[in-house]
Amino acid sequence: MQTPGEFELSRRGVLAGGAASVATAALVPIGAAAEAREAAAALPTAKVAFDVNGTAHELELDTRTSLLDALREHLKLTGTKKGCDHGQCGACTVIVDGRRINSCLTLAVMHDGDRITTIEGLGTPDKMHAMQDAFVEHDGYQCGYCTPGQICSAVAVLGEIKAGVPSHVTADLTAAPKVTAAEIRERMSGNICRCGAYSNIIDAITDVAGVKA
Amino acid sequence: MKSFTYERADTPAAATAAFARAPGARFIAGGTNLLDLMKLEIETPAHLIDVSRLALDKIEATKEGGLRIGAMVRNTDLASDARVRRDYGLLSRALVAGASGQLRNKATTAGNLLQRTRCPYFYDTNQPCNKRKPGSGCAAIGGFNRLHAVVGASEACIATHPSDMAVAMRAFDAAVETVDAAGKVRAIPLADFYRAPGTTPHLETVLAPGELITAVTLPKPVGGTHVYHKVRDRASYAFALISVGVIVQRDGTGRVALGGIGYKPWRVEAAEAELPRGAKAVASGLLAGAKTTHENAYKLPLVERTLAGVLAQAKG
Repeated sequence: MQTPGEFELSRRGVLAGGAASVATAALVPIGAAAEAREAAAALPTAKVAFDVNGTAHELELDTRTSLLDALREHLKLTGTKKGCDHGQCGACTVIVDGRRINSCLTLAVMHDGDRITTIEGLGTPDKMHAMQDAFVEHDGYQCGYCTPGQICSAVAVLGEIKAGVPSHVTADLTAAPKVTAAEIRERMSGNICRCGAYSNIIDAITDVAGVKA
Repeated sequence: MKSFTYERADTPAAATAAFARAPGARFIAGGTNLLDLMKLEIETPAHLIDVSRLALDKIEATKEGGLRIGAMVRNTDLASDARVRRDYGLLSRALVAGASGQLRNKATTAGNLLQRTRCPYFYDTNQPCNKRKPGSGCAAIGGFNRLHAVVGASEACIATHPSDMAVAMRAFDAAVETVDAAGKVRAIPLADFYRAPGTTPHLETVLAPGELITAVTLPKPVGGTHVYHKVRDRASYAFALISVGVIVQRDGTGRVALGGIGYKPWRVEAAEAELPRGAKAVASGLLAGAKTTHENAYKLPLVERTLAGVLAQAKG
């Protein structure tokens, strides 16, 4: 008799681990699978070592692997999302050495020695980052798919303003930029939300920044 | 994406030597444009030479009183540099008008200059495109070409260069410093850096294969009031329909460079002599010989009106 626990598959577990192995076992003829394995063995790989959320990782990857795919498919950190995979939507935003970037548009092997922070590294359900807390508080999402990217971006945006990075709406280039709703709107333009939760996202970020939207 | 081998270069000499060993390789720095194109198999290099960690990430004063901007300086860092914000405000303004915060954190100075056209037909591999596949034709001519060039185009290609940064650099008379595998260095005025499309639109710059950009230099500051105005379909994170950058002096003289209208940042020094006479006279000189399509004729009055607004703003 099977225990109930064996049936308790999480959706996340299936998506992260199950799909690829099921496809290989069930759908690809055995000969073709062997050929695919041989071809894969001949593909160029490279080694890379980096720190993700405080944990050191060493990987040997197909050189084509984006940082996004390394995080999701190899390290199973599926909080970072793949939206457009072309740098247009911002769902894949992570923080590398303190800077937010599109993890879909960078090769994992180019990040040797880097320190990477993903949504999982900002906080946990039990101990949320202030920005995560504020998104919950202000209902800064609907479907949630863009949310990890929005939150990583938002955390970095406040850092950029503090560091004096100017934006398109900064009135005086020679003065320190201020934390205003207009500044945040402009700086968050690389994160698209198809549900249109923008006004609540601005409320969440301005709340964390301690200003009125 | 096609598979490729990868190596990292530690010095410019190592990078150019690596290219000499693997002709057809590509240098990769920020990668935000190259990887995008590799995913679509529009770019298919068999070997990538990672130049992102070359020690070319400094902005230094030159003995002529200008700045030497290392090829690997990120767009965010260039826009934020105190000297750039104070003396080359137009450059800072142009940079923050481009792309998104995430992309500016990754994109480099050299890579920004070398980004390829955003013509949708160049990106659509189901369509003919002389730039992507020489001789296959141009789907933009007669197609959806509202975003396309009105000056400098040819029967083979009507794409525009998408960089905002380059528009400001052109106004400052920037030069592009390079090195090749033989160790030969040269400085190419940005004015001469981009090739007109002619019958060979796949050749976009005068760089030789394997020639590596090491820096962009700016002459000493010219003072004046700087304004960059980018007209686009949404308020942020969109390519220019047109853009206008001006440097206006107290006596009404100045410089004007345009983006979004041709294969390179567009500046006509002779037209700038008309600045005291106003936007109409300047625009007519800048756009002399313009050739519009059924969808982009609006760009001509848009340039003139935007220039008029920008000049009024500069005069305060």
